Amino acid sequence: MKFNRILGAGLFATASLLPMFAQAADDTIKVGVLHSLSGTMAISETTLKDTVLMMVDDINKKGGLLGKKVEAVVVDPASNWPLFAEKAQELLEKEKVAAVFGCWTSVSRKSVLPVFEKMNGLLFYPVQYEGEESSRNVFYTGAAPNQQAIPAVDYLMSKDGGDVKRWVLAGTDYVYPRTTNKILEAYLKSKGVKAEDIMINYTPFGHSDWQTIVADIKKFGAAGKKTAVVSTINGDANVPFYKELANQGIKADQIPVVAFSVGEEELAGIDTKNLVGHLAAWNYFQSVKNPENDAFIKQWQTFIKNPKRVTNDPMEATYIGFKMWTQAVSQAGTTNVDAVRQALYGQKVKNLTGGVAVMNTNHHLSKPVFIGEIQANGQLQTVWKTKDVIKADAWSPYIPESAKLTADWTYPWVCGNCTEPKFK
Amino acid sequence: MKMLKLVLALLALLSVVPAYADDDDFALRVKALNGESYSDKIAAAEALAALGDGRAAPVLEALADGRLGYGPDGSILIEDNGAYTDPVSGQVVQVAAFDAITVNNRLRGVARGAAARLALFSPDVEARRAAMESIMASGSDDAADMVRTAQAKETDPAIKALMAATLANLDLTSNDPARRLAAINTLGDSNDPQIRSRLQDLLASETDPAVRQAADKMLSGMDFRLGLIGFSANLFQGLSLGSVLLLAAIGLAVTFGVMGVINMAHGEMIMLGAYTAYAVQQFFRAVLPPDLIDFYLVAALPAAFAVTALVGIALERGVIRFLYGRPLETMLATWGISLMLQQVVRQIFGATNMEVANPAWMTGGWELAGGFTLTYNRVVIIFFCLAVLGGLAALLRYSSFGLSMRAVTQNRPMASAMGIPTGRVDALTFGLGSGIAGIAGVALSQIGNVSPNLGQGYIVDSFMVVVFGGVGSLWGTLVGALSLGLVNKFLEPYAGAMLGKILVLVFIILFIQKRPRGLFALKGRSVES
Repeated sequence: MKFNRILGAGLFATASLLPMFAQAADDTIKVGVLHSLSGTMAISETTLKDTVLMMVDDINKKGGLLGKKVEAVVVDPASNWPLFAEKAQELLEKEKVAAVFGCWTSVSRKSVLPVFEKMNGLLFYPVQYEGEESSRNVFYTGAAPNQQAIPAVDYLMSKDGGDVKRWVLAGTDYVYPRTTNKILEAYLKSKGVKAEDIMINYTPFGHSDWQTIVADIKKFGAAGKKTAVVSTINGDANVPFYKELANQGIKADQIPVVAFSVGEEELAGIDTKNLVGHLAAWNYFQSVKNPENDAFIKQWQTFIKNPKRVTNDPMEATYIGFKMWTQAVSQAGTTNVDAVRQALYGQKVKNLTGGVAVMNTNHHLSKPVFIGEIQANGQLQTVWKTKDVIKADAWSPYIPESAKLTADWTYPWVCGNCTEPKFK
Repeated sequence: MKMLKLVLALLALLSVVPAYADDDDFALRVKALNGESYSDKIAAAEALAALGDGRAAPVLEALADGRLGYGPDGSILIEDNGAYTDPVSGQVVQVAAFDAITVNNRLRGVARGAAARLALFSPDVEARRAAMESIMASGSDDAADMVRTAQAKETDPAIKALMAATLANLDLTSNDPARRLAAINTLGDSNDPQIRSRLQDLLASETDPAVRQAADKMLSGMDFRLGLIGFSANLFQGLSLGSVLLLAAIGLAVTFGVMGVINMAHGEMIMLGAYTAYAVQQFFRAVLPPDLIDFYLVAALPAAFAVTALVGIALERGVIRFLYGRPLETMLATWGISLMLQQVVRQIFGATNMEVANPAWMTGGWELAGGFTLTYNRVVIIFFCLAVLGGLAALLRYSSFGLSMRAVTQNRPMASAMGIPTGRVDALTFGLGSGIAGIAGVALSQIGNVSPNLGQGYIVDSFMVVVFGGVGSLWGTLVGALSLGLVNKFLEPYAGAMLGKILVLVFIILFIQKRPRGLFALKGRSVES
């Protein structure tokens, strides 16, 4: 602990000398925005690009950072995973950005990871994901499985959630749903759910014909035990899935569906009349009444010039990440990555939904968890929330090989996936 | 003295369950529904139901549907299509503001169950039937005594049978073997999967040989019927998937099949059609009276046809006609155009999904036996796609435009020599193919999402159908689409969605090796050249 403090102070001192040489000539601080503006992921990522631009605009109006103007460098990786790595390299090498805000899918994050690690860049990743990762160069501001999936399942098992005994885990066939379902399956079994009461189903990206699967879910749910669907279905496949559910007459009070990838933005594209009562688990809902949230929604709708635009969870994660970065930079007095990283640990930002988010030394946040029911107006109404913030696990304790690993980037661990500290 | 009065009043309340409780008590219990927590509200709903007051049923139903709320003064109101009624007096009232009481699934379940139990004694036959169906679907035994009482009074034979089945279902777990046997005999020809699982539970622990035999016999009969139902469900789902593939591919059967243009922007024509449907819907919502909204789809069809046909004609005249006979260049050019169209739509409408609502007549479905549901939107699409195909076939066969189109595709120089303006026919044919893709987009907006990427999901499938069915043959496209749909859906229950799709692709590759020209190969001069 003591050494840690000395190390921090040392870093702090060296780092604060740096700007005199490195950035004395510059009067702007550049931040990179690495979100797809075209291709399949543009549907979700464009919003986050606009959120970063709004935050940059806001901080410049308030006088900038360290007395300098902040400038956003926007690139378009076009939903093309290898292009993400190229664009990340361009941002770090050519544009020399101080930090990058970007990525949505796990595969894009995995693609840029080696670039950030090699060039010692700083990436803020704002989306809920499968966990099982902690990089020295990435700060994860979205939910880990224990901040979204596990509380959702706990809620459904409770009396208020309907005392669910039988589970359908339905997901799109890629890394996030596969890992999340692996964790959930292990968790459910640890709670005494039998293997025959769990049905796991994977579908291709953009799956549009849900007739057979919805009929199967209906059959599975007719076995006399209360059944729920845990959906990690991603993106475009959700609309036909919910339409088929509604048309086959599956009501939320018979078989509720809890989704981890459906938020306000996705619901805006669905006719929600027939989906009332289905659930979503997030760390943020637009409907939560709070002065911070009201101000944020107003700021967003003014910035985007559309009074009907909704806000969602990844936007809040981007907001928290950006705020934490600016606080850490002002505290460190520099944009040097090593100094900012040290300053980020323990950094606090008020959540838009109340409470305070804290950056932990495993590079993940402590955040509150909300379960909401879909309303006819496309909003999510909170039906349950955690009493306090929950600290994210980078490694799930429910997967045996991960349970052994620890992520802690401070002395004596200084490691993202170790079984014992690096310095003993 | 006061105390005594209170006790007496309470006793009076408890001893007789009045058909109509007094207004104050009723109003008080209705008011309690707007409680602080969900558990308060659940307690209030149960207390309201315990009154046995006929007026409570609509209140509880409204609560379950999220139509129960409160006005600015805190009075509880029922909302029904924009009109507000006071549940106590039953009078319509005007209010400045209305906030719905928030409900969760548990409260919704309690309210719906309680409403159903109350409605069992309603004078309205339909209300009783709905109540009985809801009790049956819930499968809970809370209502058993209520159902027994109601059964004695029931006059409608259909509802009586429903009640008997519900009670028999509960009797399956009775301690008395005779009652179990009677229950099995009553349930004899049921196709309810829920009863099947209860029957299996029963068989696992049954000791009485007579009951065992009856249960065994019933189970095997049920399995046979459920097998048949499963088969017809697969058949319907296969036809439905086939009709979706067919709709996406008909336009391509014209532009690629008949004209030989490899049009990679075909999917974007479908997407433009879907966006036209969205635009028409917004127009209807903004301008026309609300009761016309269910017909926006009908208006969207010609609009989508016109928009996409014009885009198609512009595309053909502006780009494709310079590239005839150079398939590789055509492919690259149209692919570039498809990317441009996507980005243009993204710029105009934004990258997010657009909400296109199903009209009321396309929402829901017929609940057939054994959990098999015929969904309205899919039934409509099956017939719609057959109508489009029939219309197109008739146009090609009987109209003079169809004649010149066939002439141009079969032998261009000869047709030109006969005085057919081949350039104009090309443009119109391409416009026709694009227009059909546009109306396909309107239909597909009803089952999927409307986003700039909509077309990409269909382009591969469309080419697959046309190549498999035989290039240039409408009949081949029909058979190709339906057989691919059926094969896919019959494979899916065994292989899963992922593997099923892979198997279908492998099958097509092998098939094309054997018959490179598809199922229905055209014969003639144009093919040989």
